[in-house]
Amino acid sequence: MDVFLEYLKAFLVGGAFCLVGQLLIDLTKLTPARILVSYVVAGVVLGGLGVYQPLIEFAGGGATVPLTGFGSLLAKGVREAVDKDGLLGAFTGGLNACAAGITAAVFFGFLAALCFKSGSKINEK
Amino acid sequence: MNISNSEYGELTKKRSPDSKMYKTLPKAFFIGGIICTLGEGLINLYGYLGMDEESAAAVTSITLIFLSALFTGVELYDRIAQHGGAGTLVPITGFANAVVSPAIDFKSEGYVLGLGAKMFVIAGPVIVYGLSASVVYGIIYYIVSLVAG
Repeated sequence: MDVFLEYLKAFLVGGAFCLVGQLLIDLTKLTPARILVSYVVAGVVLGGLGVYQPLIEFAGGGATVPLTGFGSLLAKGVREAVDKDGLLGAFTGGLNACAAGITAAVFFGFLAALCFKSGSKINEK
Repeated sequence: MNISNSEYGELTKKRSPDSKMYKTLPKAFFIGGIICTLGEGLINLYGYLGMDEESAAAVTSITLIFLSALFTGVELYDRIAQHGGAGTLVPITGFANAVVSPAIDFKSEGYVLGLGAKMFVIAGPVIVYGLSASVVYGIIYYIVSLVAG
């Protein structure tokens, strides 16, 4: 039952983040790129204010998988690096914390572009 | 009927969202929720395999990004995204899709200025603003801890 509750929380919180995104798409003229940028910056701000970490403890993947989680990871990385290295940490912490995600996206993107061809979806229908 | 451009804009704005929001909102909620639940499952799996919390979260991101790249490559992700809307955009898989999709589409324009450059059409701004915000936060945090500590 506890496990079920844990997944339910991840589902509901993650879904809520996406619901807000969909509201932004439907009610404003924000493009997908602007929404992604807003989510990351919002994540940095919420992470910096210390609001996001409790949400991660509550919802797990429901809070880390949306792009706000990426932003809060940036903030967390910077905070820990500043604690350790002082002002230098403001410049090293962010990318360090997000290295896995950014590198994976670039590398798998490169690999996928080598393996797959585009075009058929334009001709379809 | 004679209407100006701005009036037409108002009209379409009034008409279009309401007519489909009862569909788009639940779909985004459901599909986004599923992706996050999958993420939670992966975090648990990697934790079970003996990784600490931070590593499990990082490897989960890598796994989701890999799956998104694969699904984008076989043109399945875009098909899901037609229904998912923000549900497929907001999770990290949407970020990966925004990297992989232009990389594949612009390969025909060359490996350097096509694939290599266009990959960052959306990821670039995300990194620029995310990283800049984090540096600003780091500087503020540094000053605050100097003053307070």
